[in-house]
Amino acid sequence: MRLAEGTAGARILAFGGYQPARVVTNDEIAQTVDTSDEWIRSRVGIAQRRIAAPEETVTDMAVAAGGKALAASGLSPAEIDLVIVATCTAEAPIPNTAASVATRLGIAAPGAFDLNAACAGFCYALAAASDSVRAGTSRHVLVIGAEKLSQWVDWTDRSTCIIFADGAGAAVVGPVTDDEPPGIGPVVWGSDGGMAGKIYIADRQSFIVQEGQAVFRWATTALHPVARQACERAGVDPADLAAFIPHQANLRIIEAIARKIGAPQARVATEIVDSGNTSSASIPLALSAMIERGEVSSGSPVLLLGFGAGVSYAAQVITVP
Amino acid sequence: MAMTDQEILTGLGEIVDEVAGVPADQVTPDKSFVDDLDIDSLSMVEIAVAAQDKFGVEIPDDQLKNLKTVQDVVDYVRNAEVSA
Repeated sequence: MRLAEGTAGARILAFGGYQPARVVTNDEIAQTVDTSDEWIRSRVGIAQRRIAAPEETVTDMAVAAGGKALAASGLSPAEIDLVIVATCTAEAPIPNTAASVATRLGIAAPGAFDLNAACAGFCYALAAASDSVRAGTSRHVLVIGAEKLSQWVDWTDRSTCIIFADGAGAAVVGPVTDDEPPGIGPVVWGSDGGMAGKIYIADRQSFIVQEGQAVFRWATTALHPVARQACERAGVDPADLAAFIPHQANLRIIEAIARKIGAPQARVATEIVDSGNTSSASIPLALSAMIERGEVSSGSPVLLLGFGAGVSYAAQVITVP
Repeated sequence: MAMTDQEILTGLGEIVDEVAGVPADQVTPDKSFVDDLDIDSLSMVEIAVAAQDKFGVEIPDDQLKNLKTVQDVVDYVRNAEVSA
């Protein structure tokens, strides 16, 4: 048996993000449930979030973000041979989201699959894409995190409806050239099914449920070692990180983890303030916005950390395209 | 070696200062975390985690809601130390 010829490393060529037009402020939510702008800002750090239109689907948002990343990469659709969509809010059990997204983007007959690692999904998908390129299975991969959490939220439950939001983010992954350093470091990932009951959607008729204190405790104690290990495996000193992009779960979780990783130079993503928690979309959305604003420069190392329901988590260092 | 109540109180004051920015000298036994010190449920988790590091005593989430005053935490830490 012969094996495909692999490549020395993979890198991210471009990012793209998409947010629905509709902005929902804390004051708007406070009109229907017993909460306030001040309470929401102090507990989760969110000022406003984006919510998709009723007819706007996860697939629509994935196509919008994927199209932007593809355009920014300079590749033609024909050069993409694998599409991975990380989502926990797919429209239906079948067909998957990825194949439909690929067709709408004019990508002909790529490998296409959805991946569910909840809020850690983008980092899982990025690792799968990187490994696929390195192994020679794929040449260029379109990785998308897309979620429509608004339809899985009970809008009368003030503990969850203030947090979750909609959006999509994408990255194009490809090989490095022979003399180029790799741009995607080794992933450090894991899970603990013993905590499955801490964040869940029980069935297709149910809404998202979260034990806030338990999740907060886990996130603020278990994850900074994972983040530090990802740096260690990549051979990058946390002190040299240009940015830290954790899943945008809760501003207080973000700040607590950031304090513990020892990266004083790193700009910490806080997109949650204006975007809410968009699960698998939050990391690529945050990074594409930071790149657009010129907050992180091309070639600099940044640390990604996804974590959420499962519970599952994944972290890797990447180089900004 | 068991700590005295005063030692636990001093350690707890440092934790509350660090976690919530409440000056340690305001952390007196009769104070309620929520009503007097303006500490919310997430900060209580952070205090519990810091207390575990400092005192070696685990305070699970289901116990946290019973710890309403500073003295409640001092008692909890002291009793857990004794039984440990």
